[in-house]
Amino acid sequence: MVIRKVLVFILCLVPLCLLIYQIAAGQLGPDVGKALVLATGIWALRFLLLALAVTPLRQVTRIHELAQLRRMIGLYAWFYASLHFLVVLTYLLGWSWTIFIEEFSERPYMTLGITAWVLMVPLGLTSNRWAQRRMGRRWKSLHKAVYLIGVLACAHFIWLIRSDYAEALTYSLILTVLLLVRVGAKYKRALPRIGRGSHDSA
Amino acid sequence: MLIQKAADIPSSEITPESVYLKRRQFIGGSLLSSAALALSPVTFASAQKELTALQYTKATGDSPSGFYTSEALTPFQDVTHYNNFYEFGTGKTDPGESAHTLTTDPWSVTVEGAVDKPGKYNLEDLLSKVNLEERVYRLRCVEAWSMVIPWVGFPLADLIKQFKPTSSAKYIQFETLYRPDEMSGQRSRTSTIEWPYVEGLRMDEAMHPLTIMAVGLYGRQLPNQNGAPLRLVVPWKYGFKSIKSIVKIRFLNAMPATSWNRIQSKEYGFYANVNPDVDHPRWSQKSERRLPSTFFSPNRILTEPFNGYGEQVASLYKGMDLHRYY
Repeated sequence: MVIRKVLVFILCLVPLCLLIYQIAAGQLGPDVGKALVLATGIWALRFLLLALAVTPLRQVTRIHELAQLRRMIGLYAWFYASLHFLVVLTYLLGWSWTIFIEEFSERPYMTLGITAWVLMVPLGLTSNRWAQRRMGRRWKSLHKAVYLIGVLACAHFIWLIRSDYAEALTYSLILTVLLLVRVGAKYKRALPRIGRGSHDSA
Repeated sequence: MLIQKAADIPSSEITPESVYLKRRQFIGGSLLSSAALALSPVTFASAQKELTALQYTKATGDSPSGFYTSEALTPFQDVTHYNNFYEFGTGKTDPGESAHTLTTDPWSVTVEGAVDKPGKYNLEDLLSKVNLEERVYRLRCVEAWSMVIPWVGFPLADLIKQFKPTSSAKYIQFETLYRPDEMSGQRSRTSTIEWPYVEGLRMDEAMHPLTIMAVGLYGRQLPNQNGAPLRLVVPWKYGFKSIKSIVKIRFLNAMPATSWNRIQSKEYGFYANVNPDVDHPRWSQKSERRLPSTFFSPNRILTEPFNGYGEQVASLYKGMDLHRYY
């Protein structure tokens, strides 16, 4: 299992390695900062959706070891989101505090994006077993915030669109499916209590 | 401040068509760029057409104010492979890859509206009546990046004069080609633009000496992805006003519809003058990235009012509330 985890850990670094290579080889076009903003953003979103897909995948494939990968994938989502934030600060906002305040308060899509990242912080910090044990049931409630983060991230993406809706729509659709699956699972659990009398042992 | 030279050429000084067509025999005249003659046609690696070298007057520091800037030029490769031309796809590299499917010869421009000489004109005939010159302009995209491009073209005023607009021509509208079988982006179902792309100018903006119709860049014919064979360049406005691959020109009494204004009128106005004080609702316009912008040198610069052409054009907007008329 450790080998599998190490493998996945390395695999999750591939997008970053690819970006570093592309920077060095000058393959990101004439607006490198913008290209990095888009690339880090899209990978953060992909890892986020991947993390949300673990539970449904586990239920469908019955490969229960998948659950052990969820924390790593979630943390990588936070990692790429942090890179995205860093790149935005560097290339778009020029590390100017005044510009940052102005952008945060006046651009709704940025407010959404920053809020999504801020929400990831407590989730990332409590992603270890020590916190899980200390928080008990509150841990699960806190980590339900990942659904909101998904929604904020997709809204952030959609609000940025100028040219073509296809990509943002696709990711939003995937998010919707992943959330609906959970709603469906909740209903399924509730059903046996609603009068399926002939199967009860009573 | 008025720019005198280009607008005040008496018709007696305009090169007769016969002379212009025999211009290669007049090589050796001091104004022609000898560099352009020495270059052989350029071909892109991806099976695109050859771009013939053009004959034109070079722009220098002595050119009329605003026609030339000594700022570093954006490399040809970037100018021709980083484009917003959604007719060929919405990715920045899509036009460079897909535009080779466009045929630009033969090409004609239909002229309609408040003119004495409407009709369908062959591009060759239109070009035979103008002199080509180089203009080194800044181009500022509304997305907050910018380039410095050496265009080859002629004043739009020289073209307009050929059609003899009447006194009721207060505005001019341009239309891009609609040819979905040659322009892949026009077949997209998730694009935000309704085709064909349209843009417009007020008559005084159109007649301004800085406003040109471009037929080339870097001394050669325009590559397809840059709006071949004929496009507008209005350097003090956001790039989306500089409409490409023009097939129709209308002279109107009232302000015409423009594509981006149709899509989102709260974000894209008719005038679209570059203005660091008027932010796009979704992002700031106070700064821009001058391309090429690299990992270690982002080249972030402050945006100037009217893209730095305020001295030449601010008078056109005297008394106008630029926050209202964006």
